[in-house]
Amino acid sequence: MNGTKPKKVYFYGTCLVDLFFPDAGMAGIQLLRRAGVEVVFPDGQTCCGQPAFNCGYWEEARDVARTQVALFPEDLPVILPSGSCAGMMKVHYPELFHGQPDEAKVRAFSARVYELTQFLVEVLDVQLEDLGEPVKVTWHSSCHAVRDLGLKGEPQALIGQLANVELAPLTREYECCGFGGTFSVRHPEISGAMITDKIADATATGASLVLSTDGGCLMNVNGALEAKSSKLKVQHIAEFLWERTRAR
Amino acid sequence: MHAEKEIHFRDAAAKALLDPQLRANFRRAMDGLITKRKAQFPDPRDLQDLRDLSTAIRSRSLLCLPELLEQLEASCAKNGIKVHWAETCEQANQLILGLLQAKGAKTLVKGKSMVSEEMHLNAFLESKGIEALESDLGEYIIQLDGETPSHIIMPAIHKNKDQIARQFSQKIKDAKYTEDVDELTAMARKVLRQKFLDADAGLSGVNFAVAETGTLCLVENEGNGRMSTHVPPLHIAVMGLEKVVARLEDVAPLYAILTRSATGQAVSTYFNLITGPRGADEKDGPQEVHLVILDNGRSRIYADPQLRATLRCIRCGACMNHCPVYTRVGGHAYEAIYPGPIGKILTPQMEGVGVRHDLIHGSSLCGACGEVCPVEIPIPEILVRLRREATHDDVGSTVAGRGTGRTATEDWAWRLWAGVLKRPALYRVATWFATRFGRALPANAPLIRNWTQSRTKPVPARRSLTERLRAEGVSHE
Amino acid sequence: MSSPNLSAPDSRTAILGRLRAAGDSGALPALDTAVLERRQWPAAERVTRLRKGMEAVHTEFLEATPADWPAVVRAFCDREGLKNLLYGPTSEAGAALAAAWAPGGPELKPYDRPVEAFKQELFGDIDAGFTGTVGGVAETGGLLLMPGSAEPRLMSLVPPIHIALLRASTIQDSFWSAVKALGWGHALPPNALMISGPSKTADIEQTLAYGVHGPKRLIVVLVDDLK
Repeated sequence: MNGTKPKKVYFYGTCLVDLFFPDAGMAGIQLLRRAGVEVVFPDGQTCCGQPAFNCGYWEEARDVARTQVALFPEDLPVILPSGSCAGMMKVHYPELFHGQPDEAKVRAFSARVYELTQFLVEVLDVQLEDLGEPVKVTWHSSCHAVRDLGLKGEPQALIGQLANVELAPLTREYECCGFGGTFSVRHPEISGAMITDKIADATATGASLVLSTDGGCLMNVNGALEAKSSKLKVQHIAEFLWERTRAR
Repeated sequence: MHAEKEIHFRDAAAKALLDPQLRANFRRAMDGLITKRKAQFPDPRDLQDLRDLSTAIRSRSLLCLPELLEQLEASCAKNGIKVHWAETCEQANQLILGLLQAKGAKTLVKGKSMVSEEMHLNAFLESKGIEALESDLGEYIIQLDGETPSHIIMPAIHKNKDQIARQFSQKIKDAKYTEDVDELTAMARKVLRQKFLDADAGLSGVNFAVAETGTLCLVENEGNGRMSTHVPPLHIAVMGLEKVVARLEDVAPLYAILTRSATGQAVSTYFNLITGPRGADEKDGPQEVHLVILDNGRSRIYADPQLRATLRCIRCGACMNHCPVYTRVGGHAYEAIYPGPIGKILTPQMEGVGVRHDLIHGSSLCGACGEVCPVEIPIPEILVRLRREATHDDVGSTVAGRGTGRTATEDWAWRLWAGVLKRPALYRVATWFATRFGRALPANAPLIRNWTQSRTKPVPARRSLTERLRAEGVSHE
Repeated sequence: MSSPNLSAPDSRTAILGRLRAAGDSGALPALDTAVLERRQWPAAERVTRLRKGMEAVHTEFLEATPADWPAVVRAFCDREGLKNLLYGPTSEAGAALAAAWAPGGPELKPYDRPVEAFKQELFGDIDAGFTGTVGGVAETGGLLLMPGSAEPRLMSLVPPIHIALLRASTIQDSFWSAVKALGWGHALPPNALMISGPSKTADIEQTLAYGVHGPKRLIVVLVDDLK
């Protein structure tokens, strides 16, 4: 991609958004359309394969990954509302397919993958007008978004465009929330300690909303907040941006 | 091959998490080390350049490892340093015992050496009637309590002032109870001074060994390393075989990034270069210097081009300082010589990936470790690789214990998972059930209950994204 | 009489054999030392940097000229009420100090025999040790020493105070450039070292304490010979 604005993109929902945060998926598509881009959502997409990959079940991960790649044949950007899944497709697919007969095809696909906020800021340079009521939010950066994709500042840049939104940063913004996929159920005590600290940090900011790019983190943070009957809510960044900027 | 008992990191970690003192101590200590390190690297480009150079130097060392070790041996021999090779810890211990017995040595004073911990040297020597006394203040503190180090740089980081004060007043002759750090330090100085004087031999580790010059480089702040290596008539240095570099100038950037990454110091108090025993006209220094090169599984790790990166480690500890898991459970929960992220990849490779399967999964793969590693060891990538090795016996793999963590249950689980996810029609059925009946899944079902220990059950949306898009006519093909 | 070589004869062969069997894994990565090369400062700034780095770790500085440094050392010893000062009589700095040392006051003790002959005195009865240096490191602060026959190793380690003579003109940019300038990559004595400050530890609740095993105080007599 050479930085000129594309006319058409693919959208990859991701399994967590598909099942748990469909509004975020819809919002992501709406944001892209409003920016003048046609969005193609190939039917039949399921999961990027990361859970199996992280557990060493690479044949199974490849099986699933192949079927995903096959759904995106055209040379169009592939946009994902998830730093973790975008990282899997962009950074780890080449590792997973190293030495495989279809390695070149997968690499070509990986080169077209973007996380949503990254695409909105770096390629589309969207301008947002805040139509919402004043609110204080805090940002949780997903580890894979930051460390696999190098995402540092794009989401904050989008939030920063919203005049009525105050961003109160976490004390430990870059510390893992403890999700880690299967880690959260294989090591529930350690994971529990991490999420407990994360929500304490979020609560201390005085924000009413925790935002993130990642469904896994959001599920984790939300579950822990609900278990403590907290007033603090979570929202996917796509949904937040769309709701605050769309005309009623 | 006998089935070895698996070590469950989860259990030790769960126990440690319940100790508020431990958690507070480690959080405070790690926060301090993180802040100090950050202050030493104000320029991101400079930091990356230094990391890249350090990585290149260590990579080169490993690529040339057999040649460099031979060159090191020859250079040392020329300088009068006798080099010995040990494949196992048992051999290394016997070697050292032999050296000590040849001199009739009864006391050994130690500078800090993690390799000697790996060897369980102290216990071995004690069983042979030789006293091995730690002189690094942190090591001395834990030795008084019969403990092992909980961090590779700051071994007593888990201890409070009042714990140390109590220990000193109980275990040191004529010592009064004081929590004043200067007074405690002075007590240790006094006790250990006599030990340096009286010791028959001194033992040290090696931070870097230089092949070209036959030099052992030692990094320290206290002066006990210099004491242990200059005062007793015999100096024995122990080193993992990966610690060699080609030239003395190669050590400079490694030294610079080591002290900054480890404790946020631009430089240590002493950087000691030993290139031989007491020279012909010198008036002090040891009469004999010996270097023991230890394998203990490193050559096996070396055999794998990807896993070889593990051996780039310069033992700075930055990875554990930044690890959200280590910060919460402390070093002892790992039940290993090397804790933290580096320990998570080193220990399974040395002991077997099946035995340490739980440890390999005790990471959320957040990547904070890899981000700060001065020699760019891709720890999360290696963890994923070791998870693979634990459950699969791939052709050509040389990893210890590979495949021994495999279970039929997990095999079938992933097979089922893939079976559904590569068939959109089946996925559609599964998500239909999940969205319609997902909330009925009991919170205390197996695995689910691990989640609901700390969180509410996640509830699927009423209609999946795919369903909605199909209904609105948006989805294509 | 030398110690026996106690390696099992095949350990060395086995280890090297295994390492060689792993085979070649690619080209040697290039070493880009630009990050080290750009650490360069003019002479006066090197002095400032060195001083700042070392004072930050509790090193004390006394300013002196090429002519008056022995008197500066003497004045320090008088001020501190030192009973004696260990020095190396055959080193350039030691000889110069002794030549200028006025009678009365602290006793100059020569380190002129093997340590075995006076270990107890060295450990118990010496108030301070005086050594020269072969240079300094500006980037981080640090003194470079090459102990040997003239100034043995323990002089800068055992006495509770170490007084070190540093000529400003010998301060290098960095340890890396110092290694090159001093030719250490080709010829090192049995012991060489860099010292940045008094001995310290943070092992007790990460609180800094000084004078653990090495000297409690490091005094640098900084001779301004930059012209």
